[in-house]
Amino acid sequence: MWRRILAILVARNREFYRDRAGLGWNLLMPLLMVLAFAFIFPDQQTALLKIGVLTPDDTLSGVESPMLDLKAVTFVTVSSAEQASAIVKVERHQLDLLFDPNPGAPHYWVNSDSARGALAERLLLTAGCAPAGSATGAGPQASNPPQRQALSGAALRYVDWVLPGVLAMNVLFSSLWGVGWVIVRYRKNGVLRRLRATPLSAWEFLTAQVLSRLLVVLGANAIVYLAVEWLLEVPMRGSAVTLALVYVAGALCLISLGLIVAARLRSEELADGLLNLLSWPMLLLSGVWFSLEGTSPWAQWVAQASPLTHLVAAARAVMLDGAGLVEVLPEIGVLLALAAAFLALATWMFRWE
Amino acid sequence: METIQPLIEARHLVRLYPGGVRAVAGISFQVAPGECFGLLGPNGAGKTTTFEMLEGLQTPTSGQVLFKGQPLGRTYRESIGIQFQTTALQDFQTVAESLTMFASLYRRRADRDELIRLCHLGDILDRDTRTLSGGQRQRLLLAIALVNDPELLFLDEPTTGLDPQSRRNFWGLIEQVRRRGTTVLITTHYMEEAERLCDRIAIVDQGRIVVEGRPQDLIRDQFPAHLIRLPESAWPDAVPLPPEALVQNGEIELPTAEVAPQIEALERIGADLSALRLATPNLEDLFLKLTGHALRN
Repeated sequence: MWRRILAILVARNREFYRDRAGLGWNLLMPLLMVLAFAFIFPDQQTALLKIGVLTPDDTLSGVESPMLDLKAVTFVTVSSAEQASAIVKVERHQLDLLFDPNPGAPHYWVNSDSARGALAERLLLTAGCAPAGSATGAGPQASNPPQRQALSGAALRYVDWVLPGVLAMNVLFSSLWGVGWVIVRYRKNGVLRRLRATPLSAWEFLTAQVLSRLLVVLGANAIVYLAVEWLLEVPMRGSAVTLALVYVAGALCLISLGLIVAARLRSEELADGLLNLLSWPMLLLSGVWFSLEGTSPWAQWVAQASPLTHLVAAARAVMLDGAGLVEVLPEIGVLLALAAAFLALATWMFRWE
Repeated sequence: METIQPLIEARHLVRLYPGGVRAVAGISFQVAPGECFGLLGPNGAGKTTTFEMLEGLQTPTSGQVLFKGQPLGRTYRESIGIQFQTTALQDFQTVAESLTMFASLYRRRADRDELIRLCHLGDILDRDTRTLSGGQRQRLLLAIALVNDPELLFLDEPTTGLDPQSRRNFWGLIEQVRRRGTTVLITTHYMEEAERLCDRIAIVDQGRIVVEGRPQDLIRDQFPAHLIRLPESAWPDAVPLPPEALVQNGEIELPTAEVAPQIEALERIGADLSALRLATPNLEDLFLKLTGHALRN
C-alpha cells in the first residue's frame, strides 16, 4: 500500500519541481508580495506622536494633567483591561508612550529604543510632570512626578505583521490549486482513468496527493520565510517547530478543502471559479492584510468559520508574540478537526471519472 | 474449446445510460486462455462500454462478467493490463520513470529489461513522455499495460492515429506478446488489424453482437468466393438491379461464386465492363455488409 502511495507521490513531486515556471511562481510571488509591502509601507507613518492614557472610564474628561494640553500629540484611551496589550504596543513602537495619570502614583512606560518615545517622554516631562530625582524640568508641580518604566523592543513594521498572513496565503493558493486544479486536470485528460485501471485505491491516491502537496507547501514556505528573513530581518519570537506545526495543520486543512472541490468536477474552468469563490472571501475576512479589530460582528463571526483565520492568528501569535505550542493548540485543534471533516467528505465524494 | 474453462466470459451484459440510452443491449461471449478476440463495430456501437464492463471500470446494468469462472473481485486488476484509446500520463516524467511508477502499483511485475526490449524502449528511456512520437507513445503505453505481466491484455483501438509503418510494427509486438501466452481482447476500426491479429471476432452494432466467429469462416459464410464491382453509371438504366447487389459510394457490388458466367451475363444486358474490378471478399466487406444498413437506410 505505502509503495503505491509513494510511487504516486514521487511522480507528483517530479511534476511539480520540473515545472520550472510553476516552481518559480510558487516561490517568487509571495516573496515579491512581502517586498512590495516593505516598500509601500516603509514605516514612516505620521509625524504625530501617539500617547496612550490609562483611564477607568474610557474618556479623557476625568483626567487632570497639564500634559493633555500638548499639541501635535494624539491621545488614545486605554482601559485597565487593555493595559497589557498597550504595553506590548509600546514595545513594538506602535504606541510612543503609555501614561498612567493616577494622582497617587503617576507613572509612564516608554521604549528606550524608540526615538519618538524619547521625544514623547521629553514632552511629557516639560509639560510639568518631571520624574522623581530628575534634575531637568523641575517645576512647581514636581511634587508628585510620574515614575519612569523603561521598556525595550524593536518596532513592528507592517511587513513583520503581514508576513505570517502572506505565508498563510501562499499555503491557501498552493493547497487549493495544487490539488484541486491538478486533480480536475487529471480527470479530464485521462490520467485518473489510467490509474484507476491499476490496483491503486482512491484513498491511496488521495493520500499521496495530500502528502506531496504538504511537502511542497512547507518547502516553499520555508524558502520564502528564509529569504524574507535574510532580506528584511523579520522577528521570530516563538519556536520554529511550533510555527511549522501551525502551517502543517493549516496546509492539511486547506488541501482537504481543495480535494472536496476536485472530488467530481471535470471542468478546469469551473474548478478555477469555485476555488476563487472559496479563497477570496477567506483572504478578505481572515486578517491577512488588515486586522479585523473594529469590523462588523457578522464579519468576525464569518471569519471564525474560515480555516485561514485560525491559521493566520496562530502563525502571528507564534511569530510576533512568541506563543508556545500550548497557547496555539486550540487553533491547531480547529484546523485539524476541519481537515479531518474535509478529508472524510472528499473521500466520500471522490469519483475517478 | 468447450472443454476449456474460458479465461473471461461476458454473460448477457446490458448497460443503460441516463435517459434510457441502451449502449449495450445484451452481449455474451467467451474468450479462451491464449486466444485473441476482437470486438469490431462502427463508432457508437457499444464496443468501448462493453470493454469497460469487462475491465471492471463500469458496472453492468444487468448481466455479469466472469474471470476464470468467478465474478470480478479485488485482485482482478492485478491480473489484467489495459491500453486505453486515449491516455495522458503525468507530466514531466521520463519513459523510465513512468514504467517504474506503474510497476510500483502492482504486486506482480514483468521483468523490466525484457519489457524494455520487447517494446523497443531502450533508446527513449530518458525522454520526457510528452516529446514521444505516436508510435513511441503507443509502445510505452503497451509496456505500461504489460508492466504487471497480465494474463489478460485489453487493447482499445491501439493503432488509431498511427502511420502504416508504426501500425505494422505494433502488430508485430502484439504477436510477440501472444507468443508468451497472454490472452488478448482488442477493439479496432481496422479490418486488416483484426484479420491479422484475431483468432475470433465479434461484430457489434447497436449494442448487440451481429455475428461472431473466425474471420475466414465468417467471410465464407456471408459471401460467395468473389465480388464483381462496377461503377453505378456502367449499369444499363433499363435493367433492374438483382436483389443480391449492394450499392454504395457510386459502386455496384455483385457477389459471385463463378466469375465467368457472371461476366457473360453482364455483357448480355449491355453493361459497360471497361471499369470492372474483381475482388476477394475480406473482413471489411463483411463489416460493411453487416453494419452498413444505417447508412443505406
